[in-house]
Amino acid sequence: MSPVLLSLVRKDLRLFFSDRRSVILSFVVPIALASFMGAITGGKGSDKVNRVSVLTVDQDQTELSAKVMKNLAGDPGLEAAVSELAPARSLVRNGKVPVAIVIPKGFAESSARAFFGSGERPVVTLFTDPSHATEASMVRGILTQHVMQAVSTAAFNGHQGAETIDSLLADVEDAGAVGDPALRDMLSGISRWQHQQATQPKPAPNEETEKGGLQIPFETRVEALAAEQGESYDGYAHSFGGMGIQFVLFASIDCAVALLTERQRGLWRRLRAAPLSRSMLLLSRAISGAIIGALILLALFGFGAVVFHIQVSGSLLGLLMVCTAFALMASTFGLLVASLGKTPQAARGLSVFAVLVMVMLGGAWFPAFLFPTSVQKLTLFAPTRWAMDGIDAMTWRGLGLEAAVLPTLALLGFSVLLGTLAVSRFRWEAD
Amino acid sequence: MLLEVKNLKKQYGAVAAVKNVSFQVERGESVGLLGPNGAGKTTTVSMIVGLVTADEGQVLLDGQPITSDTDMRKALIGFVPQDLALYDEMSAQANLELFGALYGLQGTALKDAVQRVLTLVQLADRRGHKVGTFSGGMKRRLNIAAALLHNPKLLLLDEPTVGVDPQSRNAIFDNLEQLRASGVALLYTTHYMEEAERLCDRIVIVDQGTVVANDSLRGLYQRHGASNRLAIELAAAAPGDWLTALRAVNGVMRAELRGQTLNVEVRALADDVPEVLTCVKQHGLTVTHLASERPDLEHVFLSLTGRSLRDP
Ligand SMILES: Nc1ncnc2c1ncn2[C@@H]1O[C@H](COP(=O)(O)OP(=O)(O)OP(=O)(O)O)[C@@H](O)[C@H]1O
Ligand SMILES: [Mg+2]
Repeated sequence: MSPVLLSLVRKDLRLFFSDRRSVILSFVVPIALASFMGAITGGKGSDKVNRVSVLTVDQDQTELSAKVMKNLAGDPGLEAAVSELAPARSLVRNGKVPVAIVIPKGFAESSARAFFGSGERPVVTLFTDPSHATEASMVRGILTQHVMQAVSTAAFNGHQGAETIDSLLADVEDAGAVGDPALRDMLSGISRWQHQQATQPKPAPNEETEKGGLQIPFETRVEALAAEQGESYDGYAHSFGGMGIQFVLFASIDCAVALLTERQRGLWRRLRAAPLSRSMLLLSRAISGAIIGALILLALFGFGAVVFHIQVSGSLLGLLMVCTAFALMASTFGLLVASLGKTPQAARGLSVFAVLVMVMLGGAWFPAFLFPTSVQKLTLFAPTRWAMDGIDAMTWRGLGLEAAVLPTLALLGFSVLLGTLAVSRFRWEAD
Repeated sequence: MLLEVKNLKKQYGAVAAVKNVSFQVERGESVGLLGPNGAGKTTTVSMIVGLVTADEGQVLLDGQPITSDTDMRKALIGFVPQDLALYDEMSAQANLELFGALYGLQGTALKDAVQRVLTLVQLADRRGHKVGTFSGGMKRRLNIAAALLHNPKLLLLDEPTVGVDPQSRNAIFDNLEQLRASGVALLYTTHYMEEAERLCDRIVIVDQGTVVANDSLRGLYQRHGASNRLAIELAAAAPGDWLTALRAVNGVMRAELRGQTLNVEVRALADDVPEVLTCVKQHGLTVTHLASERPDLEHVFLSLTGRSLRDP
């Protein structure tokens, strides 16, 4: 760094740290807030669920599984989409979808048997995002309801049911494996009833007939997908990341305000009278802003690591990359604020609002999947969303370095965009 | 020629801040840029240091225009802005180190320069204190010191004594006279007559964006009717037609009697005073006291523009 640039950056840092108010606001407040939010959301997702997005994977491809799929799709509490095993797993792992349901091969057959208490119960796998435990249990409840309906209907009315009963009966009679005469009687009774039903016109299925059932005919196995298997959601990691993002942006507003105050106080005139370029002046501000932002994130994660044992389960390098790129993005955002703001006061008012919207869209307050789908797409235009995804990925999700690359690039892209805009809109002659 | 300002023009929307300003400053010369509020002084200075781009005209430093923001010849100028351009949150020393670094000073050269200017403005003992704790006069002195670190050839001061107590003003003037004696050229912007009179070899008067006069003090006084005023005290009040006779004396522009005091304005002090005294004596009047008042720029300005300088 050139000595001139260095002295300008040092000056900015000095000014920032000489203002006790902004230091407390930037370092102490986010730590306090993040601790609080981490404590109330720790390990649990939000309760304010409207429609939960789920992916459904049908490996069975039977009449029964299709019916379950159809019922899930029609459930008012869910927003179900059909998927395949591999993409479902990776979407959940990457936090794009909170839950996926995998109906295994052989589900129809074994569930029907299990319904009557015989044989292994099929295992329906739920991939869940550990940060959304509430959604996962809600989906589990809804799933049970639909499977029970479908299986019981099929058992008493359907083709599959008849086959099951017959084969169960055969088992009982042949091997005498089940020496329970009562069960044998019941099974042959149902069998007779089914054959009789099959020869008569089928009554329209109604609520009555759909809701029968004896036993929960399947098991669920919850597979939390984050980091290595078993690594669990850390509410502190998320809240410290989220608060870090919010307060780095606030600090960048402070830097913008400092720049405008500098200009208002005529200091800008002295700086500009010296033989140094305009780009040097703005660059020094961008660098000092980024350093302050990085320090805030460092302090937050440092505090979180020591006090709340936040772990970087993914790549530390990746986390540093995302944090650095975000700090740079925030400081160019500050420059843009400075180039658009006329007075320090005006700049602060409008940009605080902008930051709050960005932070909210980024999912730093509550999970982004709660938004309507259209808004979720919109959040991709919020740099905070990328930062949040990147930080989540590198901390509790425990994803590798490669998962940090896209967020880092996106944030650098935003930095270039905002920086260019700021430089082109900067009013050099304003007094 | 150290500084040449040629036909500068700057328009802000409907306001013609500077319409046509030209003047020059030689090495070691000290020039006053004088004008009422809004005359365009700050705008002119801003164009000279490159803060504002001129609509028309040219600024030559050492015969060459400044071509870029990073042109090292900008270091020929030391600029003292009208507003206090200091970081209140930082110490005097830290401020000076920053401003010195901007002109490429480093290491011991920077340390020495900081020490030198602090000593000059007598703030060496306060070097470690935050500027925010300084008095107005101390800040003004530091504001000037900050422009001197890189040893400029031309010190450009934009109203450096605004809101300064008489004591600090004197201190500042001592500093400026010292600098002037050491060969630094001054371009001193002000609307205080007495400052320009005390400090400047030559005065450029601007009004409403144009130069209305550019001359030495003596030349201005001679050319623009600034008279020498005499206050002659008489032994007894004696109205009479001798006043008419006095007014007819060659060189007398005005003569009035108030009580026992006779106020006379003459064109040239050395030539006209003896004739005035002779005339008074001829009419049998006794002079008990004689005083002459210096002419001032206030009068020059009034005679140039028909308006007073202080309240436009
Ligand atoms: N940035 C600007 N935008 C619009 N008008 C301006 C700007 N700067 C100066 N002016 C106008 O140009 C005119 C000259 O202003 P300038 O500051 O040069 O005067 P000045 O001689 O320095 O006055 P003062 O003695 O009050 O400092 C004024 O009418 C002022 O309102
Ligand atoms: Mg001015």
